[in-house]
Amino acid sequence: MLLNEWLDQETQQAGGYPYGFMDDGAKKDIRRCLLKAVAIPGYQVPYGSREMPIARGWGTGGIQITLSLITPDDILKVIDQGCDGSVNAVNIKKFIQEVAGVEITNDTPAATVIQTRHRIPEEPMSAAQILVLQVPYPEALREVEASEAETRRMHAEADYSRMWLHLYEDIVNYGEITISYRYPVTVNGRYIMDPSPIPRWDVPKLHMADTLFLFGAGREKRIYAIPPYTRVEPLEFEDHTFRVEDFSGKSCARCGAADTFLDEVIDNAGGGRSYFCSDSGYCDKRAAQWNH
Amino acid sequence: MEPLIRIRGLSKRFGNGCDGCITATGPEYETNRCRHCGSVIACNDVSFDLYKNEALGIVGESGSGKSTLVRLLHFEWDATGGSVELHADATQHLQQELFDGVSVYSRNLLGLSPFQKRQVRNALMGIVYQNPFLGLRMGVSSGGNIAERLLGAGWRNIGKMRERSAELLEKTEIPVDRMDEPPKNFSGGMQQRVQIAKALSNNPLILFLDEVTTGLDLSVQARVLDLIRTLQSEFKLSLLVVSHDLGVINLLCQRTMVMKYGRVVEAGLTDQILQDPQHRYTQLLVASQL
Repeated sequence: MLLNEWLDQETQQAGGYPYGFMDDGAKKDIRRCLLKAVAIPGYQVPYGSREMPIARGWGTGGIQITLSLITPDDILKVIDQGCDGSVNAVNIKKFIQEVAGVEITNDTPAATVIQTRHRIPEEPMSAAQILVLQVPYPEALREVEASEAETRRMHAEADYSRMWLHLYEDIVNYGEITISYRYPVTVNGRYIMDPSPIPRWDVPKLHMADTLFLFGAGREKRIYAIPPYTRVEPLEFEDHTFRVEDFSGKSCARCGAADTFLDEVIDNAGGGRSYFCSDSGYCDKRAAQWNH
Repeated sequence: MEPLIRIRGLSKRFGNGCDGCITATGPEYETNRCRHCGSVIACNDVSFDLYKNEALGIVGESGSGKSTLVRLLHFEWDATGGSVELHADATQHLQQELFDGVSVYSRNLLGLSPFQKRQVRNALMGIVYQNPFLGLRMGVSSGGNIAERLLGAGWRNIGKMRERSAELLEKTEIPVDRMDEPPKNFSGGMQQRVQIAKALSNNPLILFLDEVTTGLDLSVQARVLDLIRTLQSEFKLSLLVVSHDLGVINLLCQRTMVMKYGRVVEAGLTDQILQDPQHRYTQLLVASQL
């Protein structure tokens, strides 16, 4: 096949766009940044965030990473707050399917690439899988320092006493650390990193995992990563240790799971509270087994 | 006895500088701005030694380079030239890489990376500013202000940090039950004492005092000075006391340097300088004060 024919065939796939929507130069650039991010775990690599057909702040960082990695053989899962069926997740899935021609799944173990917002799937992921996280605010130190130049200096010099002071003050004022999501972690004993707005529940899953975690912030133009088998330690004190959300005594009203992260749903009419798995794919699977 | 810290030729210039800068500025010319290129020579060729448990005073009018000197030694500003060397005795708990193994003095600390400088500062130095807003985080509890330095030194136990903060606040005469209040609620004298507690949290060897009593009323001044004297003997501190108040210098310091337009114009024993000033400017200073 002649090169021109091949190029024609390529561009016909998705309304004149190249495979994976972005041009090859852009994908190459993002892959280079990903390699750097993997080489320096927890370090935020600046990159040239491209225009996507959705607004920045709606998952464009994650989409760009997914598009630069994906091949036609991949099987993609996209979740938003644990849910496969939310508008955002469905739109992203449709878009990626359109431009990359990949198969879509809701089943965590079946997927090769999972793009997610604010959750890590309940089912354990393997070394063959990649989890791409959408990140709104990549800078963990932004809470304590407004200046980007200053936070970069703090990272470069590992000058983290102000972050620790923030946690100290929380304990003094409220008796415990009040950060519920975006809980800061130390990666590989060096950089303090924002794990994206995942609940505390998911933070331990990052530690010494089999899976590669990639983080993309499209609006803030940063990429960072946690390679497999990397130490990821939540910031904690010897006498005030990190703990996850407490769901003891509660279980999913649909599938009965008592070991998952639960969403509280309040019945507007009766005012009753019930709990459901936040990970809808996992809940569906369990509920289906239940019905057999 | 060998000095704890050896300072040679310390200089700071703001601006690009030219060949004429040094000869066109200084007390003889009554300016520290170079008339050729407009650069400001904030301090030039300052050399001195500081011994263990000694208080060295620096006096001079506003703009004489006193505070610049402290900021250079505290690594807040980068010096244009000169060297700062530590005696090995002072640095047992610091990295050996500061030393070449031959001399008892360290490499020039001004050449260290920002990270290393911060480590040296955290391990050895404390500073108290004239304005408590510079030294304290006003929105953070007093205990937290003290804990910040401990956190920087790797402490990770809330209980132990609070014990240490309480101990220091007690020493500096702040009621311990106000430990969780932010310093913005405190009076000026109390804020100054919280600053002192913070400066002492890491057991420093060298304490920089930059016009600590300026702006406090006389009775509070006396108490703060008393406190500093007590703490100096208790912790065997070396003090570098910057002040334009000869009374403060007379009370605290055995030795004194007089600065004008970025130069040291006179140095010696405090008594000697106050009784028998040699330089014209020192004579003026002493005459106007006493």
